[in-house]
Amino acid sequence: MNQQLRVNPTACTGHGLCAELLPERVTLDEWGYPVISADPVPAQLARAARRAVTDCPALALMLVADR
Amino acid sequence: MTATHALPRHDRHSRGPGGLPRLLQAMDLDAHLAAYGPPPYRGPRQLIEVVAAAGLTGRGGAGFPAARKLTAVAEAGRGAVVVGNGAESEPASCKDKQLLGTAPHLVLDGLQLAAEAVGATRAYLYVHPHPRLHQQLGSALAARAAAGLDRAEVQLVTAPPRFLAGEESAVVSRINGGPALPRFKIPPVHQRGVAGAPTLVHNVETLAHLAQIARYGASWFRAAGAAAEPGTMLATCRRADGTVEVVETAIGTPLGELLRLPDLPAQAVLVGGYHGTWLTSAHAAALPLANAALRPAGAAAGAGLLAALPHGRCGVTEAVRVVRYLAAESAGQCGPCLNGLPRIAAGLAELAAPRPRPGIRADLERWAGLAERRGACHHPDGSVRFLRSALAIFGTELTAHARGQCTATSSRPFLPVPAGIPASQADWT
Repeated sequence: MNQQLRVNPTACTGHGLCAELLPERVTLDEWGYPVISADPVPAQLARAARRAVTDCPALALMLVADR
Repeated sequence: MTATHALPRHDRHSRGPGGLPRLLQAMDLDAHLAAYGPPPYRGPRQLIEVVAAAGLTGRGGAGFPAARKLTAVAEAGRGAVVVGNGAESEPASCKDKQLLGTAPHLVLDGLQLAAEAVGATRAYLYVHPHPRLHQQLGSALAARAAAGLDRAEVQLVTAPPRFLAGEESAVVSRINGGPALPRFKIPPVHQRGVAGAPTLVHNVETLAHLAQIARYGASWFRAAGAAAEPGTMLATCRRADGTVEVVETAIGTPLGELLRLPDLPAQAVLVGGYHGTWLTSAHAAALPLANAALRPAGAAAGAGLLAALPHGRCGVTEAVRVVRYLAAESAGQCGPCLNGLPRIAAGLAELAAPRPRPGIRADLERWAGLAERRGACHHPDGSVRFLRSALAIFGTELTAHARGQCTATSSRPFLPVPAGIPASQADWT
């Protein structure tokens, strides 16, 4: 099952770590908040995506089943 | 209450479109029982099929099929909770307040029947702090208790006077004792809401329709409106002469008729409130109040709020005031909304002033794109929709403003914008 990266915008404080760990799926807007690609996370990015989720200082990032 | 009250007067209420109004008939409990009888309880889940056949959609704005919400909560099990949401927060809308003041027992019947359908024993009625309305609703609940009509216990909860207070997850947060702030929707409210229980939040008008569908059935409901969008809906009509009227209308009635545009000409029409869409008056006049026709025009029937801006008023100035209000009413929880809306509000004000900075229009469009679809709730999306349509419809006026001119003959504000900006947590409770 494909997974998709989602951010809880009320928890996100704009540290920007996710964009460094997973630049393939996350860029930062001009205020430092993540813009997350709607594309699913492929197998070769799964490890980096999990790391971005666990390392988010605000615990705002999650992997959810692709809709 | 005796058995003789149990026979509803079908003939009076089954005439369909000719029998309007269905909802807005002033009734105290005695009159209500004489006309409708007690709530027709029929056992868990039984009502959902009838509501699905009726094609009832939510009347709070989003227009989601009512039966699907009922089903989701019924299937979630675990001591569900039902909330009647009367916190219409659009400053220009007053249809829910009028419904609650006119026919509270239809709403309260709907609340009980929805509770039965999803297996809830607890229910809440969530309403803005209008002292007289709260008193009326308190009396209505007491009268029902004395008559033994209600099976689920109903608690009246006050919503703070904030634009986002009626947002589904904000409603749940307030009932849970917290501030009326929206939250991220994973997990959704229908899985985890009031006190962690599966929670059904239905607009009070939706509940009133449900109470009638339970009595008269799906085909009666469908006698008004269109096949794809059946039934009637309440609409708050702010006409070009400044008068405000709540009407119950069959879905599909032309906006021009509802706003009496032939007699009360307007330059533009705002469809759907401050999260809605501006259309030119000529375009709006022929459009029916139905999503099938409004969606291609970038608008939606929403909670039935229509406002006709008269000639001689400045749409740009109105838009600046409304967008400033929307920015101030941001819950400030999500970065894109917190950063985007104040910049958008300031940028629009700058664009409305003489000789605006050349790049400001591009900045506005970029900020709008950044704010959109990135919030926990739809506040940034709705605010951006309002902004974009204002820029499109009031383009000529913006050009005049850039030259230091305004075509308005009256500077009196037309659209209502409440004073007061939320400054602390206490303003959200």
